[in-house]
Amino acid sequence: MSAKIKKYAGHPLKSAEIREGKVPTARWRPKAKYMWSAGVAMSRFLNELKNGRIIATRCNKCGRIMVPPRVFCEQCFKPTDNWTYVKDTGTINTYSASFIAGDASRIKEPIIVAIIDLDGASPGMGIQHKIGEINWKEVKFDMKVKAVWKPPEERKGAITDIKYFKPV
Amino acid sequence: MEDVAIVGVGCTGFRPITPEFSYKEIMFEAATRAYADANVNPRKDIDAFITCGEDYWDGHSIFDEFVPDQLGAVLKPLFTVSADGLIGLATAYMLIRTGQFNTVMVEAHSKASDILTFTDIVAFGLDPIFNRPLGGHPYYIAGLEMTRFLHETGTTKEQCAHVVVKNRKNALANACAAYGADLTLEDVLQSEPMFYPLNRLDTSPLADGCIVLVLASNHVAKKLTDTPVWVRGVGWNSDTSWLESREWGRAIYAELAANMAYKMAGIKNPPKEIQFAEVDDLFSYKELQHLEALKLCGRGEAGKLTEEGITQRDGQMPVNVSGGALGMGYAPEVLGLQRVLEAALQLRGQAGRRQLCDVETGLAQSWRGIPTATGAVAVLSREVK
Ligand SMILES: [Zn+2]
Repeated sequence: MSAKIKKYAGHPLKSAEIREGKVPTARWRPKAKYMWSAGVAMSRFLNELKNGRIIATRCNKCGRIMVPPRVFCEQCFKPTDNWTYVKDTGTINTYSASFIAGDASRIKEPIIVAIIDLDGASPGMGIQHKIGEINWKEVKFDMKVKAVWKPPEERKGAITDIKYFKPV
Repeated sequence: MEDVAIVGVGCTGFRPITPEFSYKEIMFEAATRAYADANVNPRKDIDAFITCGEDYWDGHSIFDEFVPDQLGAVLKPLFTVSADGLIGLATAYMLIRTGQFNTVMVEAHSKASDILTFTDIVAFGLDPIFNRPLGGHPYYIAGLEMTRFLHETGTTKEQCAHVVVKNRKNALANACAAYGADLTLEDVLQSEPMFYPLNRLDTSPLADGCIVLVLASNHVAKKLTDTPVWVRGVGWNSDTSWLESREWGRAIYAELAANMAYKMAGIKNPPKEIQFAEVDDLFSYKELQHLEALKLCGRGEAGKLTEEGITQRDGQMPVNVSGGALGMGYAPEVLGLQRVLEAALQLRGQAGRRQLCDVETGLAQSWRGIPTATGAVAVLSREVK
């Protein structure tokens, strides 16, 4: 505001005024629907989740055992060489406690999210998942955890076939 | 400033659907082929990576976050050009001309078969206040344009049908093409009316596929290959977004993009200096409209030339020997690279059964599709001029 003008006419817009249509707006809900092909690597990974197993791929050049599995090694830029199972146990690499839900509402019991380095995979390779059966304040670096699976008949070939990881 | 050449090409081939592979896996295939062709290791030899695409085609927000791995670009300079691949090529050209980069990769991919609501995605690109609320399939925009183009130039629907017959037939000789077919004029003219005056066979069906190119500066290109394809000129242009204010009979965006590319390439007489063209033919009439915009023939002449067979593979000015989008398939944002790929193979003498005799200079042109009025042009040659 310049020195000479002390006050503008009118008032700041309120969100209610926009909602009530007092300010012209255009609304549209896009119909954006997709069905992504999971591909060679992810299809095998998802099918193995149904079996209660976590599968990785190995690159013979750099020797890395990679989860999530991929059909090419992004470091060596070559096709990966073979499939190998890794354990459903691991250690917490890093973690956070989310007090805000997906719809941005505040929640009392936080969702504990962690990056878990899986046993049998190369260091720094693993899975992102939720941590359960523990108070979030007790979660620590390098804590050993194990997957808690849904019963076989409820598994759908999705990352949520694992309910969460719990401390061991 | 150093000259810039295409030194490697890689293509997956185009297909109506690819349910067995993810988009990452098809990109890896095209990239692997391009790097082998250019004889480079992307982890060491490529200085920068450009991916061309659009979040709504891929169905990811910020889709470019998902592309480094399959291109060999992890922890390397990479960015997205949210446009057709030919504009990506122009961007790579400029990066190299700065002198800061010697080898740059350009990629564009389509996994259109992953989109369940294609029409709605295209409609989402319309103006939300003026056009979108009116409803209808947005391809009516091509119908509006074709009506005006036929009216202004005296071009006929039969002449447009000739484009379809030619390009679908050319595609039969291209293993990368999804829609090779031996059609008759009657097949095209009697196919179902879609968006008057367009019939079903006047429109390009969707396809999946990926193309990767490697470009290099003069001194690197000469070390990598005996058959560099020189980028002599690039141009791009966009008309107003108001459908209500566009020039409907002419593709002005293509005229201006061509003027820019011709000036850069020193082309004074396009039909004399350019021996073949790969132009956008997403809808049959677009090939004719674009040929006129590119000054490869006079206004209103493209239909006649096509009817006379001048644009056939064995004609004086072969157009879309690859099969074009009508024959290879509509892969959103990949169309420009489809055109460049064919031009590069022809200039290298590696087009197999489609090979043209004694070609020195070719043109590649793209249009970004409905509802855009954006296009790009590249002039490519066997020799630096
Ligand atoms: Zn490796």
